[in-house]
Parts: sequence; C-alpha cells; structure tokens
Amino acid sequence: MSFHPRMDYAPATFHTSARTLAEEGEPFAFTPEHQASFDDNVARYPPDQRKSAILFALYLAQRQQGYITGAAMRHVAGQIGCTAAEVEDVVSYYTMFYTKPVGKYVLNVCRTLSCALLGAERLTESLCEALGIEPGQTTPDGEFTVIEVECLGACDRAPVVMVNDDWHERLAPERAAEFLEDIRKRGLPACSGCHLDVERDATR
Amino acid sequence: MSAQPGTAFEPVLTRHVREANSFALDSYLKQSPGYEGLRKALTQRPGEIIEQVKASGLRGRGGAGFPTGLKWQFVLKDTPKPKYIACNADESEPGTFKDHVLMERNPHLLIEGCAIGCYAIGARVAYIYIRGEFLHVQEILEKAIEEAYHAGYLGKNIFGSGFDCDVYVHRGAGAYEAGEETALIESLEGKRAQPRIKPPFPAVEGLYQCPTAVNNVETLCNVPFIVLNGAEWFAALGPEKNGGPKLYCISGHVERPGVYEASMHTTLRELVFGEQYARGMAGGRAFKAIIPGGSSVPILLDKDLDTPASFDGVQKAGSLLGSAGLIVMDDSVCMVWLAMNLLHFYRHESCGKCTPCREGGDWLYKLLQRVESGEGREKDIDLLFGVASNIVGKTLCAFGDAAATPVLTTLNLFRHEFEAHVREGRCTLPAEWRTSRPVLAH
Repeated sequence: MSFHPRMDYAPATFHTSARTLAEEGEPFAFTPEHQASFDDNVARYPPDQRKSAILFALYLAQRQQGYITGAAMRHVAGQIGCTAAEVEDVVSYYTMFYTKPVGKYVLNVCRTLSCALLGAERLTESLCEALGIEPGQTTPDGEFTVIEVECLGACDRAPVVMVNDDWHERLAPERAAEFLEDIRKRGLPACSGCHLDVERDATR
Repeated sequence: MSAQPGTAFEPVLTRHVREANSFALDSYLKQSPGYEGLRKALTQRPGEIIEQVKASGLRGRGGAGFPTGLKWQFVLKDTPKPKYIACNADESEPGTFKDHVLMERNPHLLIEGCAIGCYAIGARVAYIYIRGEFLHVQEILEKAIEEAYHAGYLGKNIFGSGFDCDVYVHRGAGAYEAGEETALIESLEGKRAQPRIKPPFPAVEGLYQCPTAVNNVETLCNVPFIVLNGAEWFAALGPEKNGGPKLYCISGHVERPGVYEASMHTTLRELVFGEQYARGMAGGRAFKAIIPGGSSVPILLDKDLDTPASFDGVQKAGSLLGSAGLIVMDDSVCMVWLAMNLLHFYRHESCGKCTPCREGGDWLYKLLQRVESGEGREKDIDLLFGVASNIVGKTLCAFGDAAATPVLTTLNLFRHEFEAHVREGRCTLPAEWRTSRPVLAH
C-alpha cells in the first residue's frame, strides 16, 4: 500500500531547501569571564576531545548576546578547533539554542500529555491572547516570547512553564494574564520555582 | 495478588527528601548510606561489587529494565583505554520526573553511586548528562560535587585507597533523543544526539570509543544501598527479579500527583487510588485509562490495574513499566486527541536519522490531526495502522517503536473512537469535557 502523495518529479519547487543562513551579527568574542569559564569547562574532557565542550560554549555565547549568530558560531568553532559547519550542525539540532533574537522573557510552555491533560493548550492560548502574539512570536516591545515546548519533566506540577532558566508550576490558564503582569513588575522572582522546596515551605 | 497489604515499606531512596537541607553534605552524612557505601566498596575488589549488584537483581531504572550487574560485567576489562560511567540524567520521557527529585533533594546519593560504579568497572571519570532544562537541578548537583571534593569523597586517593574518581556534570540542550544511550554518548562528544548502530555496544565502544557504562540516575542511587546492606536485603524488598525500591511518577487526572516510592509488590490500583499515593481521580471523575511507563508504552485499562507495578507484572498485563511514569486519564479524554498530542511530541523529537521514524512520525501526526479535526476518511484508520506498523522494528533505536506505540495502542483499545470521529465528523465527547482546544495549524 502506498500512502505517499502523487508527486511530479523535478518541478521548479522540488527540493527547495527550507534552510536559512544564520544571521552574521556583530563581531563576536567571549568576554574574559566567559573565556575563563570555557577554559575551565573544556578541562573536564580529555585534551583531544575539546568538542565535548561545544554545548557549554554555545550556552556562553547565547548568554552573552541573547542568541547565536554566525559570528558566534565561528568564534566557538575557533575555540573548539572544529569547523563552523560542525557548530551549526549542533546549533540547529538542539531546541535550547536560538538563532533569532528572543524576548527578555522566554515563556516555554510545556505542551506534552501530562500538562495538556491539565489545560496546557488553553494556557498557551491565554498567554498569547494576553500578549497579542502567536506561539513562536515575540511581543513588539521585545519583552516576551512564547514557545511551545515538549515535556519538561515536572509532570506532577502541570501545567508547567519555564521562563528563561526559571520555572513556574501549576499555572492555571485563568491566571495567565495575572502572571504576565507579575513578571513585568517583579521580573523572574515572579516564578514559583519547581522544587520540592521544603526550606521555603517551612518559612510560610 | 502478592501485594502486601498495609505496605510496611519504608522509603529508601526518598526517605529524607522532605527534610530541610537534605541536599547538603552534612545532612547526607547523618543519613544512610552517607558515603559509607563507598568506604565499604573500596575495601573490596571491583569484581566483588559487580557480583553483589548482579546478585541483588538490580534492573536499570531508565526504561529497559536491563540487569545493571550484567551491564557492568560486559564493560571491557582488558584494554589500555580509559573507561567511563555516563549517568543518564536526561529524564525526558513524558510523564517521568523521578530523577528530578533525587538530584534536587539527594544529590550526594547519586555522587556516591557514580563513584562506586566507577570503582566497579575500573573507570575514574563519570559524566552526569543532565537535560538542559534542569539548570536549577544542575546548580544543586554541582554544589554537592564541590562539597564532595572538599571532603575527599571525590578526587585523588579516596579514603586512602589509591582510587581516584572525578564526577562532572554535562549539560544537554533540549533533545529527547539524548536519553537513548548511544545518542547520549554522541551528545557528550559534542555532536547531534543521534543513535549509533549497535553493536558495538557502549560497554565495548562507547564514549570516545572507550568502554562505557550508561546508567540511569535512579539505578546508580540504588548501588550504595546494595553495597552497604547486601544483595539479599535488596532483592527481598520486591518480588522475584524485581527487587529493590522503586520510584513511581504519577501525573494526569489524579488527586495528588507526585513521586512515590514503593516496592514492586504494589499494584497499579494502589498507586493510583491508594491513600498514601495518588488518592484516586481528581474531581471524582471516572477512570478511563493509564499509561504505566512513560508515553512510549501501551495503555492499560481498569481491568489491568490489579497488576503489580513491577517490570514483569506490567509486561504480563501487556504493557511495560518503562520509566515508571504513570499518566492517568479520566473519562473526559479523547483518545484520538491523546494519540495526536503524543505524536506531536515524537514528530518533534525524532532525531531524523532513520527514515521510517522521521517521515512516519510526521505522517502519523498529519493523519491524526485530520481524524481529530473531523475531516478524516474511513481509510485513514487503516492508513494509521499501516504507517505505524511500518515504523516498528525498522529503526536503529527504540524511538521508532515508541513513536508508533501511542497510535497502535489507541487503535487497539479505542478503535470505536476513531470510527466515531470519522462518522460524525467531529469529536464525539461532550464539548465541555474537552481538555483540548480545536486543532491549530502549526
């Protein structure tokens, strides 16, 4: 049985690659602190296996300028001792690296089953409605980006949202707008965290 | 059933997690094993440790349930190459969040397990591969490692035994596939997380082409207890071949979701409805179905719930214990929607290396989207079955089978729901029951 659609072979549109070139961006080099941090990390691996530090280097680059540009990839390639193509290969595979500018706060809404059972889809809708954007977009003021992500591994605290590197648990769709206001006011401390936070609970 | 009524089970792994500062070294030293497992291990020969782990019957807690002692025994001994432990802390299987708790609240237990593992297989470096999203957990873990170095539980000449051991944390960057053992190794080497052809298995050629044991966090956390309390003690905690304590992650429509530790005598029904566990269905709704081992395993129904939640018990009931992520669903859940939700996951996470999984996952998602939105045709149901069956067994790693499972299991148990969608041109559950929104194009 064939389930493949009928296809005209080799028309003009056939095999047009969706690949877009990375933005070149400003000239890039690690700050001295990031350079020291990288040198420290790369020492964890055997001397002939510097490539193992590539994810760490990319996190540093992303922290330094918010997203990863062509110039940053080239700099990382120089640090590792591999080709820029190898770096791009890695950047394009992992979801936590951004190749376009993102908002000051990136709301990663978990959309996989356990969170979805408790309203993650409506949560994304509420967040997007309050911000006037679609999933994947950034608000015009550059404050918020909403991204739907797959299972974050905190299914007992569904629905879960990861804001940059912080977490907020059990965010009811009805409270989405309130949560955004809270972030605007207080920044990341508005996030509840996602801990079995015995120490915090004891002080309540 | 062999379930022990009243469950006199004392938590082992999570015994202290609710105590204040349980993650700090001074708290850990007051607990068992408190690095006494490592101290004892270093007085024995590595081979003896492997024999003990084998005798305990410890099975890998990551999903496959492979005996840990055997895995260690397979690690090539006579080689000039260094050997490695790669601890799998990628925890990405939907419905699984047990390692999260262990690393956050009891990081020293994992460090001790890593050190004993290294000693047993003759390695001196362990890498803990943690998923990129767990930065808050990583910070706790790194701090604990620093404490362990300062106190002499890691580093050079531990306990004066001449054994050196380094433990490093390696942060991933968002890829479910990195949880597959060879893909994890690729990612550790700084490449895309894509699986390798096996054999050679990691025990022979793993990280940097050197012999490597890849073990789950919970697996390694059990090791110090086995060394300290003995293989018999461990085996006696559960049914035959399913010994030791087990962490269960319960999520979905239950009253009290969370991580619960129990023996593998405990039945699925006790875990879902038991007073000391998840306390039954939220809002008093009716139970519909359960996925007992993370999203990659077949669904079980109410009639299967009296099965012991052990590797063998759940397998006998027609599913797998997998990572012990129990996802519970009430009667408001549309099974076509469920399959669509999970195929969105698998489509997104497929690493793209094998064609059946990369292309098949996408086709399955599109077909499910069509059926769920009420535009499905009758032949789409057979088509779903055909595409899913053509993925199973045709990929390098188990991801392909995992991606096909949600479709095959829902078709098998809830085919009437698919047929109703096609016949009625819409989802047949009352609209107000729907947890899902209308399908959005994306």
